[in-house]
Amino acid sequence: MIALIDYGGGNLGSVLKAVEHLGHSAQTVDRPELLTSAAKIILPGQGHFGAMMGALAKRGLLEPLRQMLAAGKPYLGICLGLQALYEASDEAPEVPGLGFLPGRVRRFEGVFKVPHVGWSQLDIRRKSKLLGGVAPASFVYYCHSYHGPVTAHSVATTDYGQRFEAAVEMGSLWAVQFHPEKSSEVGLRVLKNFLDA
Amino acid sequence: MFAKRIIPCLDCKDGRVVKGIQFVNLRDAGDPGALAEMYDREGADELVMLDISASREGRATLLETVKQVARRLFIPLTVGGGVRSLDDALRLFSAGADKVAVNTAAVETPQLISEIAKHVGSQAVVVAIDAKLSRDLTVEVKPSLSGGVVAYTLVREPDGRMRESITFPRAVARCRLGMSPWDVVTYGGTHPTDFRALEWAARAASLGAGEILLTSMDADGTQCGFDCELTAAIAKSVHIPVIASGGAGEPEHFAEVFLRGAADAALAASIFHFGQHTIRNLKEFLAARGVPVRWERSRELKVRSSERPRESSDSSS
Repeated sequence: MIALIDYGGGNLGSVLKAVEHLGHSAQTVDRPELLTSAAKIILPGQGHFGAMMGALAKRGLLEPLRQMLAAGKPYLGICLGLQALYEASDEAPEVPGLGFLPGRVRRFEGVFKVPHVGWSQLDIRRKSKLLGGVAPASFVYYCHSYHGPVTAHSVATTDYGQRFEAAVEMGSLWAVQFHPEKSSEVGLRVLKNFLDA
Repeated sequence: MFAKRIIPCLDCKDGRVVKGIQFVNLRDAGDPGALAEMYDREGADELVMLDISASREGRATLLETVKQVARRLFIPLTVGGGVRSLDDALRLFSAGADKVAVNTAAVETPQLISEIAKHVGSQAVVVAIDAKLSRDLTVEVKPSLSGGVVAYTLVREPDGRMRESITFPRAVARCRLGMSPWDVVTYGGTHPTDFRALEWAARAASLGAGEILLTSMDADGTQCGFDCELTAAIAKSVHIPVIASGGAGEPEHFAEVFLRGAADAALAASIFHFGQHTIRNLKEFLAARGVPVRWERSRELKVRSSERPRESSDSSS
């Protein structure tokens, strides 16, 4: 069973629709009991880092999620679902992240408009299952004000004034800053790679 | 590279798409789901659906149309037209909209912007502004001594007298005079207000708007080009993206509004009717002009599970 984590603020509908379009079925999960039988987990994160981590904790999902990820359960984090993997975020300095990725999520600063809304190119750094079949310099759709630093597990980065982590693959832990459910063919390919893996 | 966005617009009335992109080869122009897939395939960066129904029944069937479009659309979808409350917005989000556009209701009740933004985030709130040259200003065009034409603006002074001022471009000079030349109009452009477009755009941004969808009522329908002065003035006064709308007739107009108008995105409907201009050709043109666009040389359906597009029976290809 593919679990779509529902913490009360994510863009579940769009992701669910994309998953079903690709011929898979998923179940929205808002309680830890439902999480245990999941074969794969998707966290479509949106909104405020602190609010999301708080909501996950409140629903008793945070610790089970952390344990399952540490145990190697296949995971795809989207947008905030990537940022949650870092140690912390400037958006909510008092709220710790899951700590699977080193570093701190920061806000965009500089001359460009914030949030980063629209299509930017992926700089693909190495071969991966996550981005298998995705052409170099493909455009993907972003909608975020905060970004994570490039890590050793980076598969692709994007430059928007600052170069940031666009996609990571760390064993079975996959995550993307962009929205694959809004990135047309490229996005569907990424989702398909995760669902078929 | 961060791309400028090309956004086709569908007008919906009483639950049906009445004005949208029509291509020679598309057999089912009336099927919103098929239309959605086609725009995505053609390279649209986002889709806007505007409801122009006058009736409440029309609004209800809009939700069904949104659902059908959203089901097969994997690019962002913005829906607007007659959104008057947080509940209206939430219903559209449930139906599959990624962003909701508010216009008249936001002018009348500005708190609506922050109310929706608090609920779903600023990035999902588009404030649509219809702007028109102030009715205090009129423009005359006279032949010049050198054989060309000169544009004069007749400016109404506070004491009521009319003062003549040479302007080219006309609005730039008015800006230099310290005036904000554009007014906000509501109710689909029928109702003038006393709000200045620049001030309203800045206020909307401060209230939590994620983007401005700016329509020039002067340029709309003319197919003579976007209103670049208006667009640039708004784009430079807010820190959020500005989508230009109104006046597109040729690919060159898009280049102008991106290069001169400082727009982040451009919306169009009429230019794509009857297939004389396609999004694909437009993006090729813009790429050649140095405008950053999302464009791949070959686009093929690789992943979709639905069948290939059908050819119409009288297609010559």
